[in-house]
Amino acid sequence: MSETIAVDTPAEPVLKTTPLNAAHLAAGARMVPFAGYSMPVQYIDGVMKEHLWTREHAGLFDVSHMGQARLRGADPLAAFERLTPGDFKGLKAGRQRYSMLLNQAGGIVDDLMAARPDDDGLFVVVNGACKDGDYELMAAVLGPATPIQRLEDRALLALQGPEAAAVLAVHAPQIADMAFMDARAMTAFGVDAIVSRSGYTGEDGYEISVPAAAAPAVWATLLADERVRPIGLGARDSLRLEAGLPLYGHDLDETVSPVEGDLVFALSKRRRQAGDFPGAARILKELAGGAARTKVCLRILEGAPAREGAEVADEAGAVVGVVTSGGYSPCLKGGVALAFVPPALKAVGTKLKVIVRGKAQAAEVVASPFVPHRYVRKV
Amino acid sequence: MRFTKDHEWVEVSGDVATIGITAYAAEQLGDVVFVEVPDVGKSVSAGDGLAVVESVKAASDVYAPVSGEVVEANGALGESPDTVNAAPEAAGWFAKVRLSDPAEVDKLMDRPAYEAFLATL
Repeated sequence: MSETIAVDTPAEPVLKTTPLNAAHLAAGARMVPFAGYSMPVQYIDGVMKEHLWTREHAGLFDVSHMGQARLRGADPLAAFERLTPGDFKGLKAGRQRYSMLLNQAGGIVDDLMAARPDDDGLFVVVNGACKDGDYELMAAVLGPATPIQRLEDRALLALQGPEAAAVLAVHAPQIADMAFMDARAMTAFGVDAIVSRSGYTGEDGYEISVPAAAAPAVWATLLADERVRPIGLGARDSLRLEAGLPLYGHDLDETVSPVEGDLVFALSKRRRQAGDFPGAARILKELAGGAARTKVCLRILEGAPAREGAEVADEAGAVVGVVTSGGYSPCLKGGVALAFVPPALKAVGTKLKVIVRGKAQAAEVVASPFVPHRYVRKV
Repeated sequence: MRFTKDHEWVEVSGDVATIGITAYAAEQLGDVVFVEVPDVGKSVSAGDGLAVVESVKAASDVYAPVSGEVVEANGALGESPDTVNAAPEAAGWFAKVRLSDPAEVDKLMDRPAYEAFLATL
């Protein structure tokens, strides 16, 4: 027996660890290489139970492998628009925005969250596997006028699920009046924290940045609440997949544009009109109907789950696309996948096939997300 | 029962070998959500892919520990793939193979040898 779908291989021979490494080992985590770090793929409960626990209660994730940085300088919001298609000049204090770094060809270098938790410039969170390249790109484009400070001495925790708000309010009552995508610097757990009401599971929840030295105590404090269990990368992946959220390096890469990736919501109206972001020529053309492919959500209606790399065929059997990430949905009890198909085949209800180990299995385009988001947009 | 380093087991009755994965393998996989068993009549050589078992996270091949012809497949796993977790070394079997070379079984580990192997992992 052997796994045919491997986890990410380490980028470096020696794996880094997060400030919570000892806590993971003590909790019985199975550790795997991910983004150059040794990370928990699951704890004793296993992926299925961890997934369902997060949907029903509150799951605690260590996402300290992700890159946290501050952009400062004279006008970091305006400067950040040179890298992204978002409206950062219009980003209000206390708010966070999902965006992406674009290359000159309109491809996505990384997707990210950028926030104004305080008056100290922009707080940016990028993917762990991309962070070194991201910071190089930022430095090259922005120059010394917009210095980037990597916050290597901070950990990042995510508390996600319908009971997350009640749990966190015990320790940080000031979070109760935050809405989805609010971000705030505050004193919580006795340390300086940056808290956003966001996450990557489709659930209500928070991401909590704390000093690395304080992370084990914050982790233990949250886990002491019986509503909270630790959740590994395995369930993090199945949760984000059910939420229809793309995973960089799989659903998105440097060839994929925001239009192809179904991320048009992240293209600011003002920026589109100005056409002043990297790759604007291609992206504006695609917005006008010129995209060669588009991301869709597929339900697999029979047979095995379709995983990354599985071909997508039309009803006549012609290969028309590919699965970029896919697996088993614990909530829907069946296969779900994100795939690229020609735009003509993107309508909800379109019947397609996925080819799994040589067998053509019925699949159907469905609306995104697979499992409804439960963000708290107003409090 | 005999075992492989890939964590398959074989139980021979007459000239037919029943094949499954060990309790250790089932625990490592986690919750099994889908099983693909071979068609009856398929010929397999030792080391060939025999079945596929899938968890939420990944698909894993189950290799044939012995050579022969598939004479029965465990169709019940289609409805109840979780049987692989509940009873991996009993009701969670995948297929029965009529042995073409019974001597292959003798090359596999017995339980003490397999348990000693697990202790090295």
